[in-house]
Amino acid sequence: MGILTLEGVSQEFGGLLALDDVSLDVENEKIFGIIGPNGAGKTTLFNIITGIYTPTSGKVKYQGHQINGVPPYDVARMGIGRTFQNIRLFNKLSVLDNVKVGCHGVTKAGILSALFGLPGERLEEKEITLRSCKLLEMVDLYEKRMEYADNLSYGEQRKLEIARALALKPALLLLDEPAAGMNASEKVSLMTFIKEIRNNENLTILLVEHDMNVVMNICEQIAVLDYGRKIADGPPEQVKNDEKVIQSYLGVEA
Amino acid sequence: MFIEQLVNGLTLGSTYALIALGYTMVYGIIQLINFAHGEIYMFGAFAGLLLVSVFGLNIFVALIGAMVFCMFLGMLIERIAYRPIRGKSSRLSALISAIGVSIFLSTLMALIRGTNTTRYPEIMKIHTYHLGSLDLSSLQIIILVVSALLMVGLQLLIQKTRIGKAMRACSQDLEAASLMGINANRVISYTFAIGSALAAAGGVMVGVYYNAVWPYMGTMAGLKAFAAAVLGGIGSIPGAMIGGLTLGVLEILGVAYLSSSYKDAIAFGILILVLILRPQGIMGKKITKKV
Repeated sequence: MGILTLEGVSQEFGGLLALDDVSLDVENEKIFGIIGPNGAGKTTLFNIITGIYTPTSGKVKYQGHQINGVPPYDVARMGIGRTFQNIRLFNKLSVLDNVKVGCHGVTKAGILSALFGLPGERLEEKEITLRSCKLLEMVDLYEKRMEYADNLSYGEQRKLEIARALALKPALLLLDEPAAGMNASEKVSLMTFIKEIRNNENLTILLVEHDMNVVMNICEQIAVLDYGRKIADGPPEQVKNDEKVIQSYLGVEA
Repeated sequence: MFIEQLVNGLTLGSTYALIALGYTMVYGIIQLINFAHGEIYMFGAFAGLLLVSVFGLNIFVALIGAMVFCMFLGMLIERIAYRPIRGKSSRLSALISAIGVSIFLSTLMALIRGTNTTRYPEIMKIHTYHLGSLDLSSLQIIILVVSALLMVGLQLLIQKTRIGKAMRACSQDLEAASLMGINANRVISYTFAIGSALAAAGGVMVGVYYNAVWPYMGTMAGLKAFAAAVLGGIGSIPGAMIGGLTLGVLEILGVAYLSSSYKDAIAFGILILVLILRPQGIMGKKITKKV
């Protein structure tokens, strides 16, 4: 069994079935892609995994623990980090503080030690700053660490979101359309980057993406959603040639 | 004359600012106008009175005691009256819940203490310093200094500590913050605690300054401080400070140069003008929403 499994997950929104009996098995340290037309339920799936929604039925298991019903901050602390389709950084915090906030969620110091700057807290704070700077170096944003997140370019903001998610020391990273709005060369460097962090941090990566080039290039397994149902699941080659997938999503090629 | 009124205005204004901070912080994080905030201020004034008169404590110790008491009161109110309905019903329900808590608390105090005004016992010898034509009482100096210290402390807390960072993150995007491992409920709870402690400090100092506390003192003070928060730009912490001081000064100058019967009309007249001319307030940012 993989790091993340979904067993018959359904999500209903007032009569609308956004996800219909979806099961997934994401293996450890794989790059797993989820594709499908708009409104297929991809982001809903992310919101279920991260605890924003509790599914109407079905089970979500992470590292063997059932996590549906667990609040989002606990899911995050268990090691699931994510980015957003529409970038959601803390715009009025510095680039460095954005990453540090991600670290703070998973550190120990309580309110008293944080208020009074007790020695343990200060030491921890130093480590956090150091680690945050390392993460920013990794995404080439170290030079801009004191800027407001607001002032970064679009591509830089996407990278900062990934750095912030990595601050949680996740075992599973969820990327929601990481290549959206990027040009061809940015996409190439993004693909290299995603592979690198998977290898260096021993991560499992689950990504939603519309760009087929990106998906087919980096994903080792792909699930296809259509109207909330999973219509295919397998390695890229298999999915690419799947009759149903071609019909509903990839389009019939001449 | 003018300078003296200015100092009087700043004294009153700094207490408005202390209360306004609680409004603005809570609004910044959960977009709720906490109408029970004025009553927390009133409870702070009574807690201080109790500690001074019954337990015979030093006024500064009583001030800290009242702040601690109201921290817990604020967290309790949030836990009982706001959290259970948060996310499950509209913002309007939370607002109505806040009005309910406000009525409950002032009535509760009226039941306990009666509706008469109680005086603070004489807590210290009040000196008056004559600086040229300016008369400055030691009480005014204490109020100005304590308020300034509290506000600087708050700024340090918000800017430098991890709780402050978590609070800022939550005020910008509550959901994203919780997905980064921040326990948003806890951060909201701390926000109520800090805002309530500041209101309590305001309550004790106003009680001593005007030598009067009564169960309904929170209503007008709360509304004025709310006006101050809107004037400064609701959601903005420096805005609440500037708004409070501005409102206090304008109100006192209005009383001095126009008539004391215009006291309240000035505060609310300013509120109306701000809402018409600059709805985002002094420090607020105009937000153009993409449709």
